[in-house]
Amino acid sequence: MRRVAAGAALGLLAVVPLLVSSNVADMLSRVLAFALLALGLDLLAGIGGLPSLGQAAPFGVGAYTAALLAKHATTVAPLQLLAATAAGAALSAAVGWLLVRSRGTYFLMLTLAVGEIVHELADRWEGVTGGTNGLAGIPAITLVPGGAPVRLAGVRYWYVLAAVLVCGAALVTVSRSAFGRTLRGVRDNEERMRSLGYRTFLPKYAVFCIAGAAAGAGGALWVARARFVSPADLGFEVSAMALLAVVIGGRGSLWGAALGAAVVVLVREELSPQLGGRGPLVLGLVFVAAVYLLPRGFAGTRLRWPSSPGDHPGGPPDPAGRRGTAAT
Amino acid sequence: MTAVLGDNLVTIVDGVAFGVLLFTIAVGLSLVFGIMDVLNLAHGALYLVGAYLADQFAGDGQAGIGGFLVAGLAATVVGAAAGAGLAVMTRPLARRGHLDQALLTLGVALIVGDLLSARFGNDVQSVPPPRFLAGSVSLAGRDYPSYRLAVIVAGLLLAVIVYLLVERSRVGALVRATVADAPMVRAMGVDTGRLVMAVFAFGVMLACLGGVLGAPVLGAYPGLDERVLILGLVVVVLGGLGSVGGAFLGAMVIGQVEVLGVSLLPQYASFLVFGTMALVLLARPAGILGRAGKLG
Repeated sequence: MRRVAAGAALGLLAVVPLLVSSNVADMLSRVLAFALLALGLDLLAGIGGLPSLGQAAPFGVGAYTAALLAKHATTVAPLQLLAATAAGAALSAAVGWLLVRSRGTYFLMLTLAVGEIVHELADRWEGVTGGTNGLAGIPAITLVPGGAPVRLAGVRYWYVLAAVLVCGAALVTVSRSAFGRTLRGVRDNEERMRSLGYRTFLPKYAVFCIAGAAAGAGGALWVARARFVSPADLGFEVSAMALLAVVIGGRGSLWGAALGAAVVVLVREELSPQLGGRGPLVLGLVFVAAVYLLPRGFAGTRLRWPSSPGDHPGGPPDPAGRRGTAAT
Repeated sequence: MTAVLGDNLVTIVDGVAFGVLLFTIAVGLSLVFGIMDVLNLAHGALYLVGAYLADQFAGDGQAGIGGFLVAGLAATVVGAAAGAGLAVMTRPLARRGHLDQALLTLGVALIVGDLLSARFGNDVQSVPPPRFLAGSVSLAGRDYPSYRLAVIVAGLLLAVIVYLLVERSRVGALVRATVADAPMVRAMGVDTGRLVMAVFAFGVMLACLGGVLGAPVLGAYPGLDERVLILGLVVVVLGGLGSVGGAFLGAMVIGQVEVLGVSLLPQYASFLVFGTMALVLLARPAGILGRAGKLG
């Protein structure tokens, strides 16, 4: 059942450019790039138990890396993607060494501070980042060295889709591996894991770097479509949107996070212009509504299915606020 | 020699003025976090509400001290009501963990920030100080805005009041006991729910008052809420959670670092602030006056 649904969703995603206008394909590219950021954050927050309010930092670093490469070195998209992934991971590796020693709300605060400092850096370092104006005039991507620039929205969408599928599959593999199980153990009871002989610092540090890599890759894909990057792309609002996507999708459920990302981007970019540009207001209302109405996110809000009596929609919340132990 | 002294003295006094403003933000954040483990991300937005209240009642510069008193009164009422409201809103989420509560306040922060920019626009509103404080006084041979000295006096007064309330009063003792061991306080028959609401209201009220006090110094503009929230968080992390003295110490340190940084190395001011935080965290992970037990 699950496989059929996943296959149908993938098939539908693959034929999208043949069915819809280029505007819609562009919008779906944005959704996919943002979904990769949300997937990484879900691995970190939902499975690793480390909710970050600073994931816009590696996302933005990846975006700037791809943009600078495109302007000065290479327009080959996979190379940009690799470099941005490495840049996102490198940033996370640098700050994570200190950050993952903290937990819970404290971690939330520190990641927020790191997000802010990177935002400030993008704002101030005008020689490289173009300051508040950002970097415009980024050349279109090419898929292979010496290839033709990709100008069709549909082809660009296919590239973004392929990249997100590869990275997403990697994240799913990580979440299902022994490492993923260790992470869940650390999330649920770090003391017990420690007494079982695990060194809990290393898995936390590793998942922080993996989430940073995913965010960096998402940033590169974001720039591949937008061909523009500014400090707003790594602002607090992006971090907040990513966390919102994870929360309304259902913490710990990777497909839920992808769905949450779609909802957040659609609300933010499609709905709010029609409401007079009050994006933050709409986002805030969605936040408040999601916290009260969707405590387990989409993934935890199940319809009653006759063959699986274990699921109770609206059942009592788990103690200690831990949800979403399903793998994907 | 006196010129160097004068320059530095002015910067240091500026830092103290900025520090006491930061204290009004940080102490509320710190107490709310300490007593109920809620990271109130709407704190900066409520500071901004206070700043816009000052703009509303004293923005034209004609109202004199009266405008500021009205704004301060409004900030007290609005801040206390908002704090109590936030306490009520976060309570049903208490069983679901800290992240949900933080997310709720984040949503509230986005809503309040956007409503403020819809009402007051996106420009920087500068608020003139009350007329009798609009001049400057001589400080080591330099002219220094007298309003900033008034901010220091008012801020220190607030700090003393908060200190006496939290560290020397019966209610304060209950608050500190709740920070240390809430189930035990409940077992002794104290209604911690009401206590929590009072602390939340008091903390948010202080942030709102800080906004009124700081409006002639920092102005009021969209984005200021984030800036003061982040600096407040840095102060709290630096000083240690749930400690009034820590919040004061942290605010003084960050006030100096920020103002000195802006005057000496404007490009790197924020790096100095966060660098200071990183250094303190490396040396003392629980903050200068914090206890390691609150880290989890």
